Amino acid sequence: MELPQPDPAVLARKDALIARLRDILPEDAIIHDPAETRAYECDALTAYKCPPLCAVLPASTEEVAGVLRACHAMGVPVVPRGAGTSLAGGALPTADSVILGVARMTEVIETDYDNRFIRVQTGRTNLSVTGAVEEEGFFYAPDPSSQLACAIAGNIAMNSGGAHCLKYGVTTNNLMGVTMVQMDGTVVEIGGAHLDSGGLDLLGLICGSEGQLGVVTEATLRILPKPEGARPVLMGFDSSEVAGACVSDIIKSGILPVAIEFMDRPCIEATEAFAKAGYPMCEALLIVEVEGSEAEIDHQLGLIMDIARRHNPVELREARDADEAGRIWLGRKSAFGAMGQINDYMCLDGTIPVSSLPMVLRRIGEMSKEYGLGVANVFHAGDGNMHPLILYNANEPGQLELCEALGADILKLCVEAGGCLTGEHGVGIEKRDLMSTQFDPADLEIQMAVKDVFDPGWLLNPAKVFPLDVSEARRRPAMAAE
Amino acid sequence: MQPKDEAELAQIIAARNAPVWIAGGGTCGSVPEGVERLDTAGLSGITLYEPGALTLVAKAGTPLFEIEAALDAEGQRLAFEPWDARRLMGAGGAPTIGGVVAMNASGPRRIAVGAMRDFMLGVRFVDGMGQVLKNGGRVMKNVTGYDLVKLMTGSRGALGVLTEVSLKVLPRPEAAGTVLIDGLSDPDAVRAMSAALTSPYEVTGAAHMPQGPGGTPLTLIRVEGFETQVTYRTGALQALLAEFPHVRVETDPDVTAALWAGVRDAAPFHAREGDVWRISCKPSDGPDLGARAQAQGLLYDWGGGLIWALVPSGTDLRARLGAYDGHATRVRGGGDGIPNLQPEPPALAALTEGLRAKFDPKGLFNPGLMA
Repeated sequence: MELPQPDPAVLARKDALIARLRDILPEDAIIHDPAETRAYECDALTAYKCPPLCAVLPASTEEVAGVLRACHAMGVPVVPRGAGTSLAGGALPTADSVILGVARMTEVIETDYDNRFIRVQTGRTNLSVTGAVEEEGFFYAPDPSSQLACAIAGNIAMNSGGAHCLKYGVTTNNLMGVTMVQMDGTVVEIGGAHLDSGGLDLLGLICGSEGQLGVVTEATLRILPKPEGARPVLMGFDSSEVAGACVSDIIKSGILPVAIEFMDRPCIEATEAFAKAGYPMCEALLIVEVEGSEAEIDHQLGLIMDIARRHNPVELREARDADEAGRIWLGRKSAFGAMGQINDYMCLDGTIPVSSLPMVLRRIGEMSKEYGLGVANVFHAGDGNMHPLILYNANEPGQLELCEALGADILKLCVEAGGCLTGEHGVGIEKRDLMSTQFDPADLEIQMAVKDVFDPGWLLNPAKVFPLDVSEARRRPAMAAE
Repeated sequence: MQPKDEAELAQIIAARNAPVWIAGGGTCGSVPEGVERLDTAGLSGITLYEPGALTLVAKAGTPLFEIEAALDAEGQRLAFEPWDARRLMGAGGAPTIGGVVAMNASGPRRIAVGAMRDFMLGVRFVDGMGQVLKNGGRVMKNVTGYDLVKLMTGSRGALGVLTEVSLKVLPRPEAAGTVLIDGLSDPDAVRAMSAALTSPYEVTGAAHMPQGPGGTPLTLIRVEGFETQVTYRTGALQALLAEFPHVRVETDPDVTAALWAGVRDAAPFHAREGDVWRISCKPSDGPDLGARAQAQGLLYDWGGGLIWALVPSGTDLRARLGAYDGHATRVRGGGDGIPNLQPEPPALAALTEGLRAKFDPKGLFNPGLMA
């Protein structure tokens, strides 16, 4: 993956920039010592690293506005950063950029149960939003796997999903309003505690824009009353095709499970060795969870198991209580950790129409053999969001490149099957150069035109999302500023 | 003009310099004088429907009834419950899916499942230079590039002519039941709806008619699901709302369907003169805003977060409402200098103008509609 060359003129202005930032922020909110800026050299896509010019940690919308105004005036690129958990390199700096981290902005501003919303500063972690309202019986629905660590700011930037979005939707479906600072320091309020826009849906545009249109400092989020209960059923099948057909039949039956998770044999084996959840050894395993009162859950699980039995499962295990439910989820929740124990891995995020699941899984198996790299599949089957994990050895020269090439081929397959490159992780740098396989030049041009409106100088997170050669003409004037 | 396909539409727009008025079914108002009508009826038909993937793709001019019939045959539906403007507007025509998307037309179930925009998976459209563009796709989760699908939804044709849309659809539940409460004041009704909406019983509709079908106040709280579920949940809600007098349960499918269609389409105002506004607000602000509106008729939906207000023609309702968290849109009436859409603060108006200039640099689409 290529990164643009830093602008020497910006590098030369480092001292002047730091001096200017000192007028806006307290000393301990400006990190410029090269030994300390290394803490910001990468996010969760750790294969790529580059320390920034400096990092700043503002504590309020006003301070964010001050920083952006200063960087705007000096022509310095800014890379916004939530908690740095992006798997796509969304918060990867360039050497000539300022990392703007929201880690100090974690306050709950307002909680309103009657009107079912919470307003927070966006440095707050996803799980601690639920933490702030769960005593009153509420929760915040989007639940990315990194929810313990990831920040709402990053969730909004990437429009994060999670296991339960089949029923509750992703971030954009649960976001009611934002306070956003534009690159020139202008603060705008979009949406609020009411529903829907009276004009263009700017909120929907901002969500998922990967920090390229503005820095979101506060967010109004929809909170929901917790269901009375939830319980999963686990089912094993002797082929992925059959598991895929079972998913389709469950969905067609009129039941809307809260989650349908899928694991294949390589993933089951690794998970069993690591977490010992007692999963059956089979080709494909599904975990299907439903919610409601005890009687409602019994009824729905009964219907789901009837459907499963028609597909001759090799295993069918209903959770009778919370303990059994916990054991069923244990393996799935530790799947990524388990894979990490045995190998380096790259996690993909392509999404496909559910109907193409068997074909895509078969092709991935073939590609895995062609490349000589193992691939384990664990994903949200109800919505077609695949997470193939490509296993490789980072210490062996050439393996990362081989892994990236296989990853690119798998993502192209997802697009060919009628799907997309990324379902919930975002494009970042990781999928940037594949964008042209999904979009025609004009489709990319209109997206870049949107960025032109919000950030005419292309200073906000400029080297992401769009292939570098496609965005070059727009990024160049930024370098020439001042 | 009635282009027969997307390619012909693109040619027309590329060559054109005079404004056009994009019309689907033409159910939301009339074409301004001197502006040529661009009819999307030629772009019609369901192009893909996969019930097992909860996905439907249709050309923008496809009549809504055609889509609803196809879904119904598979036991599915458009869960956002698009409202039908015809009787309110006194218009004929058949609503099209493109019109529903362009207006982000969402009904009572919006509070539970999301708005029309939350069911949009992908769009194809022709921009103001005649380019055919696409965004999104036909999969449930997609964060590849900017979400122009949301931007196009509800943009009232100001950014381009929709040619094809991909939608998420949902199963139609087996049963529905409505808890009815008679005689509540507006503040008590919002309190009751809020209690229901903060319960775990997954309420899919919460509305209050200060003048219900019998001329007296009626509050409606809906649940849907399996038959056993509806019985259990309506019972649980009845117990939860025991502090209010006259709580009863209606489960007759025809009666509940008619009641909710009335809420969805603002039936109380159909045969009455005057301007009709929709106010989106924080639900607990609803009763106060309702009072400030000094309206001839009110209808609360979305637990109080949506107020339909009937006022004499030419009333500047925004002046009456003052400042609040939300916005007001006039859906019936106009031509009197009062903007139908809520004016935006300068910084947001600049973004809106900037986007329109990029998508429609020749200023062709729906002149005046966004004002």
